[in-house]
Amino acid sequence: MSETKQVMVKVKRQAGPKEAARWEEFSLKWRPSMNVIICLRDIAENPVTRDGKKTTPISYDSNCLEEICGSCAMLINGRARMACSALVDQLEQPIRIEPMSKFPLVRDLIVDRQFMFESLKRVKAWIPIDGTYHLGEGPRVSPEIQEKGYPLSNCITCGNCLEVCPQVNEHNQFVGAAIISQVRLFNMHPTGAMNKSERLSALMGPGGIQECANAQNCVHVCPKGIPLTESIAEVNRDAWKQALLGWLVG
Amino acid sequence: MRQPKIIVVGGGLAGLMATIRVAEAGIPVDLFSIVPVKRSHSVCAQGGINAAKNQKGEGDTVDKHFDDTIYGGDFLANQPLVKRMCEAAPGIIDLLDRMGVMFNRTPEGLLDYRRFGGTLYHRTAFAGATTGQQLLYALDEQVRRHEFEGKVKKFEGVTFLSAVIDEGGVCRGICAMDLRSSEVKTYAADAVIFATGGNGAIFGRSTNSVVCTGSAQAALFQQGVDYANGEFIQVHPTAIPGEDKLRLMSESARGEGGRVWVPRNPAEKRAPRSIPDAERFYFLEEWYPKYGNLVPRDIATRAIHRIVYQEKLGIDGQPAVYLDVTHIPRETLDRKLEGILEIYEKFLGVDPRVEPMRVFPAMHYTMGGIWVNGEDQASNVPGVYAAGECEYQYHGANRLGANSLVSCIFGGGIAGPAAVKYAKNLEKGAESTASAVFDSEKKRQEEKNQKLISQDGSENPIIIWRELGEVMTEHVTVTRINRNLQMADGKIRALQERYKKINLSDRTKWSNQTLNFARELENMIILARVVTLGALARNESRGAHYKPDFPERDDVNWLTTTRAKWVNNDIQLAYEPVDISLIKPRPRRYDAVK
Repeated sequence: MSETKQVMVKVKRQAGPKEAARWEEFSLKWRPSMNVIICLRDIAENPVTRDGKKTTPISYDSNCLEEICGSCAMLINGRARMACSALVDQLEQPIRIEPMSKFPLVRDLIVDRQFMFESLKRVKAWIPIDGTYHLGEGPRVSPEIQEKGYPLSNCITCGNCLEVCPQVNEHNQFVGAAIISQVRLFNMHPTGAMNKSERLSALMGPGGIQECANAQNCVHVCPKGIPLTESIAEVNRDAWKQALLGWLVG
Repeated sequence: MRQPKIIVVGGGLAGLMATIRVAEAGIPVDLFSIVPVKRSHSVCAQGGINAAKNQKGEGDTVDKHFDDTIYGGDFLANQPLVKRMCEAAPGIIDLLDRMGVMFNRTPEGLLDYRRFGGTLYHRTAFAGATTGQQLLYALDEQVRRHEFEGKVKKFEGVTFLSAVIDEGGVCRGICAMDLRSSEVKTYAADAVIFATGGNGAIFGRSTNSVVCTGSAQAALFQQGVDYANGEFIQVHPTAIPGEDKLRLMSESARGEGGRVWVPRNPAEKRAPRSIPDAERFYFLEEWYPKYGNLVPRDIATRAIHRIVYQEKLGIDGQPAVYLDVTHIPRETLDRKLEGILEIYEKFLGVDPRVEPMRVFPAMHYTMGGIWVNGEDQASNVPGVYAAGECEYQYHGANRLGANSLVSCIFGGGIAGPAAVKYAKNLEKGAESTASAVFDSEKKRQEEKNQKLISQDGSENPIIIWRELGEVMTEHVTVTRINRNLQMADGKIRALQERYKKINLSDRTKWSNQTLNFARELENMIILARVVTLGALARNESRGAHYKPDFPERDDVNWLTTTRAKWVNNDIQLAYEPVDISLIKPRPRRYDAVK
């Protein structure tokens, strides 16, 4: 019998936030179109390490498996990306799988990204409608604005842009590129623009837009190809304009 | 006056809409979701949302939307509420537009509309090919705003285990488990709205997300909440096969002009693009000249199965057909379909703008679900409401594309105020329910967990799940034959026995995903039996339910809603008539003129 092709995987395990981390290695049966999620499922089905030791299934977040829910972000061979679209055949082996490092660890590959949802509150990333009762159609929006806004609204809050940002660290509460880009989106919308200054103000102060040091890592890892650096530049301009105007008016 | 309290379980479109409506009424609402609500399965909806806005001057009307929906559903849906949904649809689009959804626009700045299956009108508003994501985000943002203002409290990462039902049979809250600590707790409420989605996972692989197990519905079913039309599930004609998931290729690809074909010669070896038109079999266009590639999904799915299994014309002898958009200008593709084309490109490494896509049908949508009355989304258990895909009401025997988003938002929009009204009218709220009622439910659930964690067994839950999926997909999807259905039920019951011997391979309490999965699996098996037994009993063909031994629709005997009940720890099927007071049933013939 010919030897079946194997996939070598190394996973960083950690039983809880206060436990010590350790690496486990697995040898899995290769199949076509395998992705990292399939690797993790294989391990769950037969939780035995490469050297034959019994272990527990690996805890990880996943949901849609088509890169639109934002759940399965992790570090794969050191790169922040979505596990579902990380195809084994395109990865160097052993495939190293680790949790993201900029968010509190829960267990194994699960981290807590609540900070991002809280930041969306901070900048009021919504259109403040009067109510859900009938008030007629929304404002007309030019195709030009739609074509600018739609890519921004594709943000899946995965956190990859925060993971790779040097300004996101234990000394700094920088909200990160995703949130700034959302401010741009809402400020661009004809109704959202009515609260533009409020959102810009929320981006000034600790953790705000001035923390960006222009490393531009964010835009390279965004799985949705969002023009994050463009968003930061534009929001930054608006924020300065507003600050300057405030200073001039006194 | 006492302040009522509402719980919503599920944070997809229906759950979020219900939450917003309750919050707007000034009533506190607790929102429970397995995942952060922004990651709910609604994000996977691609093509669009239907409303008869008639913005292309084609003479589309609400009545035509209503008729298309009822006819598309093969007359199994109760009609009055479907009519109300179609009437409400244009207003729902307006609301979403006001919330800032980045819908595609016409040069005049108005919403653009595309065509979809089962209609001849441009009725589908869309935001690229990620409409569900865009709609979910809009509602998520509104809920976040209410959360910010203190009206909504979110419990994300907390999974529903069971309802708390008092001795009078009234729901007084829920029992749920924190997915991190595994702690089981009860939460009191005067009414609970369930918006827990579909049950794709009982078929193993489907287009659904990981959380779409139907577990909540099955748990409720075992507590006396009836389940209707379980046998009606939708197999979508065009998905990309994958080992972990069958990824949807939206109907919008065909709405924008995509064509389905196979080579006429089964031994064809040439690359698809070098096969001349005359040697291609555009079977949907030939068989259904009027609707062509936009026949309803059940029809397209059966046609593809016929091509592959009877005509033996699958590409390279494989279960696959071409979905071809290569003739559409690249600029149009990128503006209107980029989201789905990217999925194909990323997961298969092939650019569908250049190469025709290879697709095959996949389990996609759950038409059946929690039985609710035809008025206000209330189930048969007082205090239990349901909205969205987890209930059965709007799509009859087959759902039309782009009707799901509208039914979620409409149903959620009704359920919220209905639950508030019910809660306000209660003589005694959950606050006066004896604590023993909550304690005993909590104890029951904790004991289940303890048993699973501690038992020694030989069975792996993932393997049982996979076998369940194989049985269901083979026998209980597109073509249903009674002796196979009987055999399938036997196999499911055998899996139920094996389930008793499962071994979790993780006995810790912290973030133990195997424990939660095992809990869900037990419920999935019950729901799989409801689907299978419903299919076995229904000796006719209607919409997505097709039995070659009973190829015709039988309105004399089967113009009925299946209503499964849990009696003496087993499934019992009952039937009730369908409300056909508005449109008289007529033969459903997409190959002929309607």
